[in-house]
Amino acid sequence: MFETLTDRFEGILTRLRSRGRLGDAEVAEVLREIRVALLEADVNLNVVRDLTERIRARCTGAELSKSLTPAQQVIKVVNEELTETLGGTQFKLSYASKPPTVVLLAGLQGSGKTTAAASLARWFRQQGRSPYLVGADLQRPAAVEQLRVLGASVGVGVFSEPTDPVSVSRRGLEEAERLGRDVLIVDTAGRLAIDKELMEEVRRISEALHPHYTFLVVDSMTGQDAVRTAEAFNATLSLDGVILTKVDGDARGGAALSVKQVVGKPIAFVSTGERPADFEPFHPDRLANRILGMGDVLSLIEKAERNYDQQVAEKAVERLQAGRFSFDDFLEQLQQVKKMGPLQGVLGMLPGMPKEVKNAKIEEKDVAKVEAIIRSMTPKEREEPNLIDGSRRLRIANGSGTSAADVNNLLRQFKEMQKMMRSLPMGRMMGGVGGRQKRSGGRNKKKGGRVTPSARHSR
Amino acid sequence: MSPLEIVIVVVVFVVLVSGGLLVGRTRRRAGRPPFPSRMPEAGATTAQPPSEPARVAAPPIELAPLPRPELRERLGRARALLSGYLDGLRAHGLDESSFEQLEEALILADVGISTTTELIDGLRAKVREKEIGQSPEALIEALRAELTAMFEGDSPSLAKGTGEGPTVWLFVGVNGVGKTTTIGKLAAREAAGGSQVVLAAGDTFRAAAGEQLETWAARSEAGIIRGSEGADPSSVIFDAVQHAAARSAELVLADTAGRLHTKANLMEELKKVRRVAERPPGQLTEVLLVLDATTGQNALVQARQFTEAVGVTGIVLTKLDGTAKGGVVLAVRHELGIPIKLVGVGEKVEDLVEFDPEEFVAALFE
Repeated sequence: MFETLTDRFEGILTRLRSRGRLGDAEVAEVLREIRVALLEADVNLNVVRDLTERIRARCTGAELSKSLTPAQQVIKVVNEELTETLGGTQFKLSYASKPPTVVLLAGLQGSGKTTAAASLARWFRQQGRSPYLVGADLQRPAAVEQLRVLGASVGVGVFSEPTDPVSVSRRGLEEAERLGRDVLIVDTAGRLAIDKELMEEVRRISEALHPHYTFLVVDSMTGQDAVRTAEAFNATLSLDGVILTKVDGDARGGAALSVKQVVGKPIAFVSTGERPADFEPFHPDRLANRILGMGDVLSLIEKAERNYDQQVAEKAVERLQAGRFSFDDFLEQLQQVKKMGPLQGVLGMLPGMPKEVKNAKIEEKDVAKVEAIIRSMTPKEREEPNLIDGSRRLRIANGSGTSAADVNNLLRQFKEMQKMMRSLPMGRMMGGVGGRQKRSGGRNKKKGGRVTPSARHSR
Repeated sequence: MSPLEIVIVVVVFVVLVSGGLLVGRTRRRAGRPPFPSRMPEAGATTAQPPSEPARVAAPPIELAPLPRPELRERLGRARALLSGYLDGLRAHGLDESSFEQLEEALILADVGISTTTELIDGLRAKVREKEIGQSPEALIEALRAELTAMFEGDSPSLAKGTGEGPTVWLFVGVNGVGKTTTIGKLAAREAAGGSQVVLAAGDTFRAAAGEQLETWAARSEAGIIRGSEGADPSSVIFDAVQHAAARSAELVLADTAGRLHTKANLMEELKKVRRVAERPPGQLTEVLLVLDATTGQNALVQARQFTEAVGVTGIVLTKLDGTAKGGVVLAVRHELGIPIKLVGVGEKVEDLVEFDPEEFVAALFE
């Protein structure tokens, strides 16, 4: 979702990078651009004003560094301010000494509370807890039914009865205690912050439950209104954090910045899809990096560590540089990368990828196609792709259910990448890729792209 | 070379090769027509046996003379903020800060920076050329006229088919905008107007979406066709059209699962739904994109993507009774030319009203 914001900043900062000095006029121009970018990203106007003022004060101020160029300094400042605004540190959840730990979810209609409730339940189960769900949304037709189905899918029991939301919540708590569950998640009806009656109702639910955590569920596509909503809910319920939903869309997610700034409570979780599994804790520092076009390197490392066999990877790079990287190696690496999640997601985490590559839609079935093509090659062909002539190509295409053009494309792509990789100097390969691509120019430019300075930023 | 660098190189390589192949392919494919519309009766055969239209004994809601709530009244709360700006503006003489205040108000209403800048620059020029009076009042009046003019020529009425067979209105949108609720309310309205309505529960993905629609069907005495969870939505809509045709019902309201416009496969699924919906005897006359008034600038992207995929004919703007003002529809109308048809201002059946640009803009400015 934050890609477009990333693009904007990349555009601004690339120009900045190419400038030697930075005067008041440049700072003003950069700030104007940052303002537009943030407003287009739905960051609240007042938050934008605040943020740009802080950036201005720090940029035009004295703290000139010897080791950084002025441009680098602006980037650093923007990054720090964004991280700061997004929450600085990660949200930490602790459990009540006397279980159950009670979690209350509230928010506007359609923000994704019911899905978030089930996702959260699944997450708690993964943490080794035994959660219990309460369906206190008696407003929307079939909301409780939806929660029951979702609850069943994640193996968590659901309590509800057609009385009233306050007594359902109270009885749900009793039931959880009776069953010895250690986490209770209460899903409430969607309500407008200005609906006095319903806000009073949710306040009474909160009073009955004494929740340890109250989360506001916020749609990441929300516009300027996010702030007013968050303020009102915070005033009624005193929130502990925010769950940001629908992050898998392409909304620029300014709401995340705004809500954090205004409520002063961290974004605890993000929901990245409709399935309960698409749910994870939120990492503010990583997000700021991503906004600045540095890629989500930390998430990538974490995923790689969990899924990637280090020795296999080392072997692959060796073979790459020796020019002996075959389709078999490729297939093996592809399996490893696939373990890290959908390729599209992995791609999004890579630092400094050009827009064209980032926007390319990689679907699982297309990846399957690549695999099918390779699997239709003989071992010899995989070792020496040059062997593949017209008739072999046709056989491969037929065998994999693709077209000769598809096979050709893969072969060409493979060869080009192979050539590029071979020419990488050891140690500073990222810069090497960039330099190489720039020189090769022409129509191949889009494929490789600037995989440049980010490696330096990775920790 | 650090382990991290090794992994990155390999990942980059793998991703670029797999992804690069696609970049080439997608470009080639762009020239061709979408794809052949086949799958003739396939929908019908794969469909779950359609449930009989649910006629639950729930008491139908009293609907007789449809009360038409003043949109202005309902927008009262939303109005407060903007008029606060305007009061301050009026108290002050006309200077640069007047423009800034108007700009601020528009941005806070989610109109978006580019449409706002365009509007404000236009006003500036007009003041400079002395086309409008040199007072804040004249400035506000000019902006109001400009905003109203943006919707010129639009009609909020929904088209019905003129030929044989049931009219089909298809509802699309991202998750949680209020598609099912909108259909429920519209069914009640159309039923009260004397139409025989069949609801197609095409959201076979979200748990209990069918139950939710069934409750609405019962309230408005409409028929409903459901598939099992995970069933092909096209088949549900196909069955609903067949069912409506067999009972000579005039109108099919087709629900679809919420989907983010970024999910290519789900958008393809929606294209198929559209193709099935327009197959005779069905007459597809409206594809309505439901937008949530709290949505910011992403609504513009949604409108663009859904229009590209299924040819949106109108917008339904929901949840306008909150503090969000839904100003982004100005940008949607301005940039894509899609008219706003209906506005949702509350949870009750009668809270779905026809969009009236003058009322909408006037409500913002009073």
